[in-house]
Amino acid sequence: MGAYAYARPTSVEEAVSVLASAAEAGQRTQMLAGGTDVLVQMRSVDRDPRTLVDVKHIAETNRVEIGSDEVFVGAAVPSGVLNENEELKAIFPGLIESADLIGSTQIQGRASIGGNLCNSSPAGDTIPAIIAAGGVCVIAGPSGTREVACEDFLTGVGTNVLGDTEFLLGMRFPRPPARSGDAYLRFIPRTEMDIAVAGAGVALHLDADGNCVHARVAIGAVAPTALLVPAAGEALVGTQVDDAALAAAGAACSAAASPITDKRGTVEYRIKVVGVLCRRAGAIARDRALGN
Amino acid sequence: MAEAHDYKAIGTSPVRPDGVDKVTGRANFGADLNLPNMLHGKVLRSPHAHARIRSVDVSRALEMDGVYAAISGADFPSGAEGDIQGEGGGTVSDLAQNIVARDKALYHGHPVAAVAAKTPYIAERALDLIEVDYEVLPPVLDVDEAMADGATLINENLHTNGDTSQPASNVAGITKFERGDVDEAFAEADLIVEGEYRTPTAHQGYIEPHACTATYSEEGKATIWCCTQGHFDVRSLTASVLGVSVGDLKVIPSEIGGGFGGKTVIYLEPLAVKLSEVSGRPVKMVMSREEVFRATGPTSATHSRVKVGAKKDGTITAASAWIAYEAGAFPGAPVGPGCMAIFAPYDLPNFRVEGFDVLVNKPKVAAYRAPGAPQAMYAMESAVDDLARELDMDPIDLRLMNAADEGTQAPYGPTFPPIGIRDCLQAAKAHPNYTTPKGEGVGRGIAAGFWFNIGMQSSAEVRLSEDGTVTVVEGNPDIGGTRASMCLMAAETLGVPYETVRAHVGDTESTGFCNVTGGSRTTFATGMAVVQACEDIIAQCKQRAAATWDIDADQVDWTDGEAVPQPGVNVDVQPLSLADIAGNAGRTGGPILGRASLNAQGAGASFSVNMADVTVDRETGKVDVVNFTAIQDAGTAIHRAYVEGQMQGGAVQGLGWALNEEYVYDANGEMENAGFLDYRVPVTSDMPMIDTHIVEVPNPSHPYGVRGVGETPIVAPLSVAANAVRDALGFRIPDLPLSPPNVLAAIDDREGA
Ligand SMILES: Cc1cc2nc3c(=O)[nH]c(=O)nc-3n(C[C@H](O)[C@H](O)[C@H](O)COP(=O)(O)OP(=O)(O)OC[C@H]3O[C@@H](n4cnc5c(N)ncnc54)[C@H](O)[C@@H]3O)c2cc1C
Repeated sequence: MGAYAYARPTSVEEAVSVLASAAEAGQRTQMLAGGTDVLVQMRSVDRDPRTLVDVKHIAETNRVEIGSDEVFVGAAVPSGVLNENEELKAIFPGLIESADLIGSTQIQGRASIGGNLCNSSPAGDTIPAIIAAGGVCVIAGPSGTREVACEDFLTGVGTNVLGDTEFLLGMRFPRPPARSGDAYLRFIPRTEMDIAVAGAGVALHLDADGNCVHARVAIGAVAPTALLVPAAGEALVGTQVDDAALAAAGAACSAAASPITDKRGTVEYRIKVVGVLCRRAGAIARDRALGN
Repeated sequence: MAEAHDYKAIGTSPVRPDGVDKVTGRANFGADLNLPNMLHGKVLRSPHAHARIRSVDVSRALEMDGVYAAISGADFPSGAEGDIQGEGGGTVSDLAQNIVARDKALYHGHPVAAVAAKTPYIAERALDLIEVDYEVLPPVLDVDEAMADGATLINENLHTNGDTSQPASNVAGITKFERGDVDEAFAEADLIVEGEYRTPTAHQGYIEPHACTATYSEEGKATIWCCTQGHFDVRSLTASVLGVSVGDLKVIPSEIGGGFGGKTVIYLEPLAVKLSEVSGRPVKMVMSREEVFRATGPTSATHSRVKVGAKKDGTITAASAWIAYEAGAFPGAPVGPGCMAIFAPYDLPNFRVEGFDVLVNKPKVAAYRAPGAPQAMYAMESAVDDLARELDMDPIDLRLMNAADEGTQAPYGPTFPPIGIRDCLQAAKAHPNYTTPKGEGVGRGIAAGFWFNIGMQSSAEVRLSEDGTVTVVEGNPDIGGTRASMCLMAAETLGVPYETVRAHVGDTESTGFCNVTGGSRTTFATGMAVVQACEDIIAQCKQRAAATWDIDADQVDWTDGEAVPQPGVNVDVQPLSLADIAGNAGRTGGPILGRASLNAQGAGASFSVNMADVTVDRETGKVDVVNFTAIQDAGTAIHRAYVEGQMQGGAVQGLGWALNEEYVYDANGEMENAGFLDYRVPVTSDMPMIDTHIVEVPNPSHPYGVRGVGETPIVAPLSVAANAVRDALGFRIPDLPLSPPNVLAAIDDREGA
């Protein structure tokens, strides 16, 4: 029987080499950010011993940088840190509110949006918000870094494009122009400490007349992965994001959903509710853009 | 109303004696005990909801490094006989087979074998090496399926009510009560409402999983540490499963992290003792949350039909009910109490109720706060709500018009002594949450609740220390603050400050017998024993004082914690305090110890009226509770804040049951949501502050007027929620839970969407 081990690399190179030598030796590794998924899994569904590679002690994964064109969020930054960053909150209120939905204050002291994304649950709350905001994953590996759009990062329930010797460094976001807004809403039967039955993130820009010139809509918990719904974005572009446009976007989300019936809800329920959430999140994003 | 008493301690809300230890983590709960050389036990559970067990082979597990014992049903005595004494009832044989399956696995999660190993991880891996040959049988998953003609039989030897002249059946028993001429009374009614309702399988949801440690000695005696609602019951149940004498077992209760009825039974203890016997080492067993859901005490899902007939003025002429309860894999659903409770708030000359105890391939149900009553009264209180709407009558007025009273013959037989249903209804009517008009889009619901409460056996000792401080020793694990209540009653009786009294929950060898902390009996029955033991102390103190003063004991009074000569007795002495007498005890006859043991009679029924305002999101089906008011007769509230805590906790549990909690099964009978993520008990932010109003109609059978208060609070919230949602939506959804998917589906059905 193997044993648990713990590695704490302090540079990207060291982390990649820990992963590479373990892969070579046929040993299992798992990256550890806040551990709010990993520790739960270690005590329940996946108890097999493995080497945990802590990603929190690398400068790059802790970096938050707000540039004039671009925002970078390191993969290990806890959502509690993001929530307290007023500048970031003003730029991406929807993304930050999605991070603020995770767990509780205690959980947020640890939980990262990088971990949320890499855990790759269909119901991960920040994922639709990251996709809507146009997030691009920066991935470190033996041959340097590569970039993958967030909507292409996920490959299935709990799976993503990361290879054995790769890990997520962080996410790049294009900085939205003036009159932009984003929003994320999820539905849970409780008020907190729950997992999304459906979720929708909307990010949009308006022109000076209030016409929508750009919109991205993503949905969660209604398919094996979070999905970008181009048709929903298109339904908003060129409109004043009025009730009719929102209804059309909501209908596009419902049409894009391919949920299952499970303990959290039926197919019919999820299809209907994801449309409702898209409408409601779209209205919030619009109002935020108008308030900008 | 209650006559005013000049109590000093009773009715206050001091900090509980066990409070600091519990909030600092110093208190020891079921899983906290560790012993040298201790092993960890784990249970192999059936992956099938219904299967014949052809063979169990533990030999490969035993070969694994670090494994010290592996056992299965074959290691336990077969053919145990007799009935279980106590609140839950049932037979020893069923209990024994529930602890570990013999020839059949009857639910997904049913224990089949167990191992003890050096670490929990090794024990888990060893379970994978146990070979069980199953013949999988079709599962029976609800009462309708179980009662249908030609249903698969769960137990081929089970006959309804034991009548072997009839074919075998999944219906273990039928209970019937009837009074008056029901058909005639329905015929006389101006109006009849009828409803058909369902409630889901729900769990008590205690936060602490079951845990125990056992150590077996070579002389054939075992000690068990465990979290339980009653260690004397653990002792007798474990002894009967193991086929040993209660004298061979000592049971030490830990602190308990919730039970709600679910810890009045045993699961792990006989396995831990047997594993310890085989391995020769102490064995600790701790369930995971998943195991708690899959294999311990849910309460019955039900299917019911209720019919109520009334005159135009609101007088109920007749009521009838048909209620089928799921028992799980063995007989023993709370059908009797459910059928006895359903009409309890009302003075009904004519009624009929029929209840069914029905086997299904689910875990054996265990007691859950007011067992059986929430489901039955959910149906009746929903029908009464519909009746009020049909009559266009205020739902409180309708209930007041038909309410039972002192002298009314209860539907379940006895004549009611003083009861509080009317006082509760009147308090509800006057409550600001009722008199305030409801807001836009808000639905308001109201319902009554009831529980019998029980007495049963209790013992208590009260010991006086040399400085006059007092130790109360009794045998009821403290779940809801009973140490504080015992101390308050002792302080009141002795006339000393609460802070000078400590309460200790003794193990099976250090205190006299007490039945479980259940049935809302502890403050009533054990409290009565504590009061009597204090009176014993007072009598002895009077004797000591009399001897000191050289007068007769009956010339001494006990006032405000002091012995004083009676008025008119001509002696020139200073009063002797409890501390004076205790300090001098060595010179006046030795230590002072009071005791009492009793079988308490006259547990007073506790009635309640609850109401709530809710809103419903018509696009998502989500119900939000805006406010909730719990009104209940406590007889006398010994510790006010803990009575309120019981009312609030019961309200929250009942609302969870009404709104979201349910076992979700797949077609093979495997529970899909065996964890708190998807078995949704409410979280704090889901709930408004629960407003409370304590009514006090003292129970004449208790020295301070106590009625049990622990169970009634969960009864009314199911129908309160359903009636409020009915009010908000304009139509009734008869099946619980009123979870968002269910509510939205009902709205869509209604609107043809
Ligand atoms: C009480 C509680 C409540 C929760 N509530 C929510 C909620 O409301 N919504 C929600 O979406 N989630 C929730 N979660 C889940 C969890 O908190 C989130 O998914 C969180 O964002 C995970 O972040 P982490 O930093 O803790 O990740 P970790 O647990 O450290 O890692 C998660 C996964 O990502 C991998 N990983 C982490 N970092 C990297 C990296 N840099 N490169 C490659 N792989 C990596 C890990 O190997 C692991 O597989 C909750 C968890 C708990 C315990």
